[in-house]
Parts: sequence; C-alpha cells; structure tokens
Amino acid sequence: MLDKIKEFASEFFVTGDPLIYGADVSIGLTLIAVVTALTYFKKWTWLWRDWLTTVDHKKIGIMYVIASLLMLFRGGVDALLMRTQLAIPDAEFLSPEHYNQIFTTHGVIMILFMAMPLMFGLFNLVIPLQIGARDVAFPFLNSLSFWLFFFGAMLFNVSFVIGGSPDAGWLAYPPLSEMSHSPGVGQDFYIWGIQISGIGSLMTGINFVVTILKMRTPGMKLMKMPMFTWSVLSSSLTILLAFPILTVTLALLFIDRYFGAHFFTLDGGGNPMMYINLIWMWGHPEVYIIVLPAFGIFSEIVATFSKKRLFGYKSMVFALMSISLFSFFTWAHHFFTMGSGANVNIFFAITTMIIAIPTGVKVFNWLFTMFRGRISFKTPMLWTIGFIPCFIVGGMTGVLLSVAPADFQFHNSYFLIAHFHQVIIGGVAFGFFAGLYYWWPKVFGFKLNEKIGKWAFWTWNIGFYVCFMPQYVLGLMGMTRRVSSYGWDKGWYELNLTSTIGGFLMGIGFLFQVWQILHSIKFMEKDTTGDPWGGRTLEWSIPSPAPVYNFATLPQADEKDPWWEEKRRLAEGGAPKPQSKLEPIHMPKNSGVPFIMSAFWFVAGFGLVFDWLWMAIPGLIGVGACMLYHSFNYNTDYYIPVDEIKRTEAAARRVI
Amino acid sequence: MANSVNRAIAEPARHDEHHHEEHHDLEGLRMMGFWIFLITDCILFGTLFATYVVLSGSYAGGPAGAELFEMPGIIAETFILLTSSFTSGLAVLSMNRGDRKGLIGWLIVTVLLGAAFITLEVTEFMTLVHEGASISTSAFWSAFYTLVGTHGLHVSIGLVWMIAIMIQLGRHGINSVTRRKVNIVSLYWHFLDVVWIFVFTIVYMMGVM
Repeated sequence: MLDKIKEFASEFFVTGDPLIYGADVSIGLTLIAVVTALTYFKKWTWLWRDWLTTVDHKKIGIMYVIASLLMLFRGGVDALLMRTQLAIPDAEFLSPEHYNQIFTTHGVIMILFMAMPLMFGLFNLVIPLQIGARDVAFPFLNSLSFWLFFFGAMLFNVSFVIGGSPDAGWLAYPPLSEMSHSPGVGQDFYIWGIQISGIGSLMTGINFVVTILKMRTPGMKLMKMPMFTWSVLSSSLTILLAFPILTVTLALLFIDRYFGAHFFTLDGGGNPMMYINLIWMWGHPEVYIIVLPAFGIFSEIVATFSKKRLFGYKSMVFALMSISLFSFFTWAHHFFTMGSGANVNIFFAITTMIIAIPTGVKVFNWLFTMFRGRISFKTPMLWTIGFIPCFIVGGMTGVLLSVAPADFQFHNSYFLIAHFHQVIIGGVAFGFFAGLYYWWPKVFGFKLNEKIGKWAFWTWNIGFYVCFMPQYVLGLMGMTRRVSSYGWDKGWYELNLTSTIGGFLMGIGFLFQVWQILHSIKFMEKDTTGDPWGGRTLEWSIPSPAPVYNFATLPQADEKDPWWEEKRRLAEGGAPKPQSKLEPIHMPKNSGVPFIMSAFWFVAGFGLVFDWLWMAIPGLIGVGACMLYHSFNYNTDYYIPVDEIKRTEAAARRVI
Repeated sequence: MANSVNRAIAEPARHDEHHHEEHHDLEGLRMMGFWIFLITDCILFGTLFATYVVLSGSYAGGPAGAELFEMPGIIAETFILLTSSFTSGLAVLSMNRGDRKGLIGWLIVTVLLGAAFITLEVTEFMTLVHEGASISTSAFWSAFYTLVGTHGLHVSIGLVWMIAIMIQLGRHGINSVTRRKVNIVSLYWHFLDVVWIFVFTIVYMMGVM
C-alpha cells in the first residue's frame, strides 16, 4: 500500500529538480501565510463579500490587474531563467527538457495569462466610466469571465509542481503535442487551462461589445466616443470572431489525445498542418486583440499630456477597424515555409504588408497630436514616447519578415524572436503600463510616485534595447529559437551575454515598479480632484475612486472630449450643465455563483487532465447545476436610494 | 434609450409598473447579447465544418461515409428537427397571445421532438460504431463524429434549458423575464435547425452523392 502511494506521488508531483523543490516550499509557505493572515485579521467574510462575489466592474478590474501582475512575475522569472541558461555557451543551468517547459510556459503565460487579463482589467476599470455607464451590460457574466480566467490560469500553473509542465511550445504544434509524442499530462494542463480561461475571454468580448454599443451616456454618438473605447470595441469584435476558433482547435486536440481521434495525428489520415492553420487563424488576430487597446491607451494619453485634441480622429477609427479586419487575413505568414505555394504566400505577404499602412497612419496621428502641444512628461506620457520608436522598429522588422522569400531565411530564428518581443513588449506591455499609470489615481484614489516611475521607465527601456537588439543580429548569424545551448565555436557568446544583461535590467525595472507601488501606498498622495492629469473624457469628471454607482446622474456628452469642453466652458464663465434630478439607482446584487462555477470548472479540468472521470464528471455536473441555479434565481438586483447617493456624493465633496 | 438602459443594468427583481419600462430595455440588452453569442457559435460550427471538409477524403483505408450512412433514418431526424423548430415557433406565438398553457404545451412538444432527434442520432452513432466506424477509425470519422456530435450536444443542452424555462413559466407566468427567456431559447433552437440543414447537406447529402 505504502509503495503504491509512493509510486503515485512520484508521478503526481514533479520531482528531481532543486528549482522545483524550492518552488514547492515557497508555494506552500505563501499559502500558509495567506490563510493565516486572513484568519488572524478575520478577513474571510471581507474577502468573500467584497471581492470573490463582487459584480462591480471596478473591483473585477482590480482583481484582473493583480492577477496579471503576478503572472507577469512568473513569466518574467521564466524569461530570466532562459536568459541565464543562454548567457554562456554550453551552460548546464537548465536541462534541455526543463528549458522546453520554460519557453512553453513563458509564452503561454505572457500572452494569455498576463497580457489578456491586464487588458481585460483596463477594459473593466475604464470603459464604463469613459462612456458614462453604471456598469457593464452583463455584470454577472463579467464576474464569471474573471473567475474562469483565474481558475484556468491556476490550472495551467499547477502543472509546474503537479504532473509536469507542457513542453511543446506556446502553441503546442502537433504531432509533438499529440499523445504519440507527449504522453504526459503537461499537454492536457495546457489544453484545459487555456480552454477554461478562453471561454471567459469570449464572454468578455460579448460583454464589452454590448456595453459599448448600447450603454453609452446620452449624446455620445459612435463618432464621439473616446479613442480607447473605440479600440476596445475593435478588439472585442476581433475576440468574437477569433476565440471560437481557439475553442474548437483545442477541443480537437483534446479529442485526439483523449479519444484517439485523428485530426492532427501522423497516422489515420490526420493533418497536422490543419492545426497550424487553425491555431494561427486565432493566433494572429489574438496579437491584434492585445495591441489595439494599447493603441487606444496611447491615443488618450497623447491627447491629455499634449493638451490638444487627438489629431485625425476619423482616420484613427478607420485604422483601428481596418486592422481588426485585416488581422483575419494574415495568418499564413507564420508558416510561409509550410509549402503552400507561391500564390498563397504572395496573398498573405501582401495582406501583412497592408496592415503596416493603418498602423503608420496611427503613428503619424500621435506625432501630429504632440506637434506644437504643451507636452508634460509624466510617466504615462514617457511610456507613450518610449513606445513610438520601439514600435516603429518592431513594425519595420515585421515588414521584413512579411517578405515571403526572405522569410525562408528569418523563419524561427532569433530575428523573429526579437521582432515579436519588440512589438509585444514595446507595444502591448508599454501600452498597458502607460494605461495603468494613467488610470491608477482614478482607480485607487492616490497617485504613483513619479520619481521611482521614471527610474522604472528608463531601466525597462534601456534593458529592452540591450536585450533584444543583439537578438536581431544573432538571428541573422543563424541562431534559431528554442535552442537550449550553443557551442563556443558559434561566435554567439558576446551578443547572448549582452542580451541576458538587458533581460536582467528589465527585471530591475519590474522591481522598481513594485517598489513604486509599495512606496506610493505608504506615502499615500491622495487624488482629491478626481482629475489629476487635466483629463478630457468622462472618467475624470467623477471622484477618485469612483463611487459604486459611478455617476450620480448620467452626464450629457454632446461633443468629443466632453469633460475638457465642460471645463473650458466653466473657465470662460459659463454655467455648468443642468443636472437631472437624482433617482434611485438600479444595481446588480453580488453573487457567489461565478466563483463556485469556475471552481467546478477547475475540478472538471483537473479530472480530465488526469483522466479521472470520478472527478471530472462531478465537476461538470457542478457547472451545470450552477447554471441552473442562476437561471432560477430571480432576486438579483436592488436599488440605491436617493439619500444614500446624496451622502456618498457629499462625502466625495461633490454636493449636488 | 441608452439612458434608461443605463439605469437598469441588472436582472429585474420587482415587476411593478414604475420600473416596467427599464426592464423592457434590459431584456433588449440581453437579447442583443444572445444574438452576438450566436455569431460566435456560427464561427464555432464554421471551424468544425471547415475541418470536416478538409478531412472529408481521409478514410485511411477505413470505410467511407457513403458506405455506411443510412439515409432513411437521417431524413427522419431531419424532419423531426424541422418540425420541432416549427412547434417552438408556435410556442412563441402562443406566448405573444398571452396563452401560458399553449406556450408550455408547444414547448413540451418541442422537447419531445428534440429528444426523439437525439435518440435517433445516438442510435445512428451506435450502429456506425458497431459497423466498424468509430471516432478513432480515421480522420474522416473523427471529423464526422465531432461535427455531428457537437450539434447533438447543442440540442441536448437546449432540451435541459427548455425544461428549466417551462418550470420557470409555471412559477412566474409570462412576464418580461420569462418572455425574453422563451424568445432566446427559441432563437437558439432555430439556429440549431439552420446548422442541421448544413450538416444534412454537407455531411450526408454530399457524402452519399
């Protein structure tokens, strides 16, 4: 009996690596610390009532941001482990198997569990405030989306210590990811972790499309929406059309692995290239899904900190929407070398190059917005200015890669690695950082320290170029991606070492950001104005942090930049707009169902990973039961009485 | 419009006169959300159809679809599902007349027809497996079972959903919430009908021709 348990445990837990044992201990200690702290400070009810069951978009947004920053830490540690291994030739810091796992989890975590949730966090924190709404269209669904993401991410991360991590690359190409080549459970963790959080992403897409199309405040026509709102609309529409493809692709891979089907196998008539087409039909739009909101953030920031109206509003909208559209016609440029023939490659090369046009339009719009503006170099603006040259170089190398014949040389080399890190770090990460810095006072009611923020900005930026510029050269010298070591004879040593130094500089940048947040919490510099940057859009017209119902009375937005225009009118001695009478506000009640249902998904996913039907079936039944419970529950909302609104508004020093 | 939608962002609990209008807008919001969900479901089926078409010749030495498809059963399934779509339409018409009994009655007929469809489909699958065409036989059969099975799974979920709505109709009668729920489930049901037309055409008709 004891031997059996021992044998089970040796397969169930990941063993044999001191790094993993270290992680086991730290995970255990963290869990114990959290549980003890919650019990000691009697915070369990607080956690459940105020956070786990909340349907308030502002709190859900905060939870997204916290989760994604934790994931940024983990993905970043993965990156530094890889860079350490590659710093010198013939290093034996990581075994090749371990290296495979780390580049796989690094990619998945950074795109799906860092960039996506950070983006959804910003959607949640900003969109309802920016369009003058009281919440998103479907608050319950919003909470469910978050918890699905959370438990999906946890399921994926658990593979680190239980069962073993996936190691077939971040997109898990078959036949490598098939049962024949990856018989372990790592690949199943990959499938279910992404599948569960992907369902959440799809629902967030639906939620924000309806919110933006239907819940704008009176007067705000489509062509008067703030640019960030436009970018979220374009990104959400892209989610709607792209994510179902991911759902199907992962399901087919699962059916192959679980039921022995032959979609992507080498035998039985399967077609592995079918998977690669499908996954990139989702995967390419996915990179635009994450970068479009970053473009929206830059548009807001550049206008605010130049004290000018955004240049070329209509062309900006046109550029966002056309990028959304074209993102669906470029997928094959990820595998020009597949051998689809010259005609297919030409089509996809041209569509890829076309995307550079609307992107270029946007860059010029940002530059013209700054032109003759009174620019103030606060941290959000610094990230924006850092982004522009970085993204231009990244975009240019993208155009180089899109030249199909040349791509036969660049394909899967470090040139490609440098390119996509440059657009994703320089575009997406810088964009979301800029957005976090920009909206932080609105969300939390206090400012972040500017001085430490500048240190963080410069270490990140310098670190970025030191890390990735050498990689372009390495790629041209013939270094391919995913190699875990190289010999002294290659002549790659100096550039790799430089790149590693850059990687650690970015790590220091991250530490500066953590310090910045902690420092700012300690020396709490309160934002009493609600409008610390001299903002232009509606979110700056209400107190920071926003009251639970956001707007006591719905604002009238008859022009672009309604808050800026209002401030101008008041400064010129005009009378403030008449506000409508206070009325009771209809709000959704908190619900524990999203949390519990997502936990059941976790149980079901874990059972399916290990092929334990005794666990998977009850999990799925739990999911169904939660859905039915919610369907039968008709008591889901309440009204905030006028007196309470008056009290809240007076406390926020805005007497009505 | 947008104004009153904003004021009513949650599912309604009270149904007094004062709040009646905003509930109406809220239900409209949910209806629109469901239409958008259907778009995503279209993409889901579109991907499965594309996979099926790509793999439709990959028998790997196993049986072809034309050898094993038994059209009489398939045609029966088709007519049953089309009829159920019609009866779900009749249910909505009863609802619009305010006839709760008729509404529940036609929903029961729809559920029974849907259950008959599923029974026939499961029988068909069992016969196919018995004749040596299982999901692991070849890429073609993998694609076949996954595409047709996903449709069947959708229909099965629709059955549970419809029964849940019937119970709610029994409890709460016809109001703005249950009205929206019936409209949505019937929309879903018609959608599955349209998907089946494509399954019938692309999988079965083109398979045996």
